[in-house]
Amino acid sequence: MKIINCPINGPRPAQEFHFGGEVRTMPDPNEVTDEEWADYVFNRSGEPGVKNEWWYHIPSGTWFVAERNNCTDEFLRTYLYASETVDA
Amino acid sequence: MHRRLPPRDGEWIDRSQPVEFRFEGRIYRGFFGDVLSSALWACDVRLLGRSFKYHRPRGIYSLAGHDANVIVEDSHRTNIRGDTLAIHAGLDVHSVNTIGGLEKDRLGITEKFSAFLPVGFYYKAFHTPRRLFAFCENQMRKVAGLGKINTRNDRPRSPKDYAFCDLLVVGAGPAGLSAAVAAGEQGLDVLVVDEQPRPGGSLTWQWARDARAGQHMSRLLDRIAALEKVQLRCGTLAAGCYADQWIALVDSERLTKLRAKSMVFATGTIEQPAIFQNNDLPGIMSGSAAQRLIHLFAVKPFDRAVVLVSNSDGYRVALDLNEAGVAVAAVVDLRAAGELTQLGQDVEQAGIAVYRGCCIYEAAPAQREKRVRGTDICPLDNAGHSRIEARTHIQCDGVAISVGWAPNSPLVSQSGGRFRYSDRTEQFVPYTLPDGVFVAGRANGVYDLDRQIDDGHRCGLAAAVHLGQFAGEIPKPHERSIAMSHPYPIIAHPGRKNFVDFDEDLHLTDIENSHQEGYDNIELLKRFSTFGMGPSQGKLSNVNSVRILANLNNASINETGTTTARPFYQPVSIGHLAGRRFHPQRHTPMDRWHRDSRAAMVHAGAWQRPDHYEVKGRSRGQCILDEAVNVRNNVGVIDVSTLGKLWVSGRDAVSFLERIYTGRFTKQPVGRLRYGIACDETGIIIEDGILGRIAEDRFYVTATSSGVAAFYREMQRFALIWGMDVVLTNATGHVAAMNIAGPASRETLQKLTDVDLSADAFPYLGLTNGTVADAPATLIRVGFVGELGYEIHVPVSFALHVWKSLFCAGETHSIRPFGVEAQRLLRLEKGHLIVSHDTDALTNPFEADVAWTIGRNKSFFVGSRSLDIQRKKPVARRLVGLTFARDTVDTMPEECNLIIADDEIVGRITSIAPRTTLGYPVAMAFVRPDLANVGTNLKIRLETGSLTTATVAKMPFYDPENTRQKAAE
Repeated sequence: MKIINCPINGPRPAQEFHFGGEVRTMPDPNEVTDEEWADYVFNRSGEPGVKNEWWYHIPSGTWFVAERNNCTDEFLRTYLYASETVDA
Repeated sequence: MHRRLPPRDGEWIDRSQPVEFRFEGRIYRGFFGDVLSSALWACDVRLLGRSFKYHRPRGIYSLAGHDANVIVEDSHRTNIRGDTLAIHAGLDVHSVNTIGGLEKDRLGITEKFSAFLPVGFYYKAFHTPRRLFAFCENQMRKVAGLGKINTRNDRPRSPKDYAFCDLLVVGAGPAGLSAAVAAGEQGLDVLVVDEQPRPGGSLTWQWARDARAGQHMSRLLDRIAALEKVQLRCGTLAAGCYADQWIALVDSERLTKLRAKSMVFATGTIEQPAIFQNNDLPGIMSGSAAQRLIHLFAVKPFDRAVVLVSNSDGYRVALDLNEAGVAVAAVVDLRAAGELTQLGQDVEQAGIAVYRGCCIYEAAPAQREKRVRGTDICPLDNAGHSRIEARTHIQCDGVAISVGWAPNSPLVSQSGGRFRYSDRTEQFVPYTLPDGVFVAGRANGVYDLDRQIDDGHRCGLAAAVHLGQFAGEIPKPHERSIAMSHPYPIIAHPGRKNFVDFDEDLHLTDIENSHQEGYDNIELLKRFSTFGMGPSQGKLSNVNSVRILANLNNASINETGTTTARPFYQPVSIGHLAGRRFHPQRHTPMDRWHRDSRAAMVHAGAWQRPDHYEVKGRSRGQCILDEAVNVRNNVGVIDVSTLGKLWVSGRDAVSFLERIYTGRFTKQPVGRLRYGIACDETGIIIEDGILGRIAEDRFYVTATSSGVAAFYREMQRFALIWGMDVVLTNATGHVAAMNIAGPASRETLQKLTDVDLSADAFPYLGLTNGTVADAPATLIRVGFVGELGYEIHVPVSFALHVWKSLFCAGETHSIRPFGVEAQRLLRLEKGHLIVSHDTDALTNPFEADVAWTIGRNKSFFVGSRSLDIQRKKPVARRLVGLTFARDTVDTMPEECNLIIADDEIVGRITSIAPRTTLGYPVAMAFVRPDLANVGTNLKIRLETGSLTTATVAKMPFYDPENTRQKAAE
């Protein structure tokens, strides 16, 4: 079973985590066209590579960001959202 | 036991402990330490099994469990491999997959039909005529498959345990032991496992006659014994490797789930067969099997042997056989140059005839293919084709084959390592390895004994460096050995008994035919021809199949590729996989009470809830209706502890909730409730609930039982993203709740509480704190079921006491509990939707008629931008109420039945109640907007296919003026 490093609780088995999708920045709803908004809510990048992703440690209720290569399933690092600026 | 050799150093058998056992009903004798195959061979039994498809006689092939020739069952276990089954007194086994016993297996007839069983047979046959398929399938099932499961067995225990180590070494041969010593000397916590019952690996058989072997072995084992943190577990199979070096170890007793920080695979190589006519006859075996028989079990493999070779290992086999008293009639070397090392001269000095540049064209069977009586050998031309015209016959009763090796790579591949074919060694070698994973010894293409030891040492140190426990220099790897494998040990023959895959009885022509049919990709070829799909998972057939396909495609081995070897590496008893699956269940504090009160419990997500309370002589439907009627006429109580309950507090609590929910809460007074709908970013309804304002900066929020975990999680994420000053607490588990509803609810509850329940003091949609039966409680006045009612929220420790007190207080008012179904019925009559029951993954607030919850002039909430877009579009469907005629109760539709107009689907039922307190059936349904007007008649298709009629009606069906739930007195 995979091990994921929670920034608060340390390395824990993957069963304890919930995947929350790629970290994406919501565009300003007042600035975008309907098409641009639809693109934001419906489309996801399926491109393989290193991504910033939301992960949630279920028992402790901790959201954090993981830099993961979704092609090789390697977790490069994990950190709390607020502690660093995330490139989305 | 007349094939037994005199006692020899290093043998695994204990001659002081004779063992009597039964095979196919006959009694045989062996020694403690024998496996079934070796003990039988010692008794000159050569027919040990039958092949899967053609039921051909089979004997020992690898003697290492790399083939699936010898598979037996006893009264309680099936599909046991004879190569690894230790014999013991009382053992009584039979061969699997025969009719009438191994000797006279009547299924041998299938080979007569082999011409009618072409490759891909199962994909092609019996499809027409279709009606015969079931019959044919049934017949095939009877002859297919191996052992039978005895379903009347006792349940064996299959314990699991967990283990951790710094370094796992798989394989206790020269490289593995050396790696363990090197790492152990650096202080690593090392576990060495080997599937064989004793350590030593190739030292015990392949190098047994080499003086260095014994020295290495005693030195390494002594070192390991001296190193406290190095543990050696033999008879333990590393069965599979999973993410982050999570390994399944299986021994005779248990499954161990091991987490290793690093791994050295010293798994060795698997000796590969040569392909020639009748290459599967009992008596034809790999050279390594012959060596194992001699050195481990002291059994003389044959009386007169031919040895087919293409490497120096084969010459060692010939010398070993010679020394064991076998007359070696010939060494047939596929290589034109022969053996250039000292071994070549040793063999000739032993007086053994060597035929260079020759092959075995076919083996001659005897005794109905149960033995070999000789081989036809012939020279090879420059292109590697056999020159049959020049063939000669050599008499023998056995053939040992040593023409090539394949790395024992499945575990390495599962760990993420990749192999590439090396033309220098003519075998696959590791190409890239993940961090912390190392491959040593023969599996790494290193064949010389001393170099294997060095290679293991190098990997052990590399593991120590990986773990930061060694800072010195790691020796450079030796260059890999020269080719120990022949590039194409495959001889064509028109007789179609030159087997590529022994498990599945596939011969060369089968592979060629598959290719001809267009299966020219290795993965497709595997699935169509089924090579490598038998119990030995292609350990003996993958490499040759790749060679054949590469040859047919005129491509290199690397271009052709290999197939994936998935866990488990060897067959594992299914008992090891069986075990408890943990399904956590949540019980409310009143759970025991419900069960004692004859509640029929249902699963509601992780929760257990009363569906209804059973009453003798009343059907489920009647019970539900009785409970509902009692709520309408008297008073009922339902346990709603499963409700999601959240506290939202902090300076930004209001603005946070206004961003989460569609509604407005700024002006909501303290002590009042509001209904809220929450959407996701696409504007789909995901949650609804009641928001009660406890203080200016504090809300008590309910959410659906099934949705609260995900909703709370999303709330947390939004709070983080938005950076708001808000504290979220999920109180679902530590606050219990019950809803008392019905005309007599006020009177009942007033007896127990200090809160003034009069309509003026505690109006509809009010919230207050107080005590109920002396317990601290939050009371909220809601009307989900459409009657005067109160929700009582208390800490779980008080819940049962409060619950029981309600029944005492309500006795004179005929109080009764009601279950989930009665509640569903009551709310349906009242037209209240249940999110994710009456809504689906595409329902927006406009369709569900809850757009009224959307606050005016809100700048933003989750989903607002999407709803702005949807607002401009016509709705695709509407959620409406339906009523049915009174006499249709027996032909009612069910939830999800479709609404039909002009032969088109125009909607579906989302909730339905055939029996209601109204006297007629009602339902909720999605319909096309043009059919949503009150009074429209709709046709609904029943399960039976017939149609029934319903009429669109205004909701709520019950008490449209809301006079009852707002009851002033």
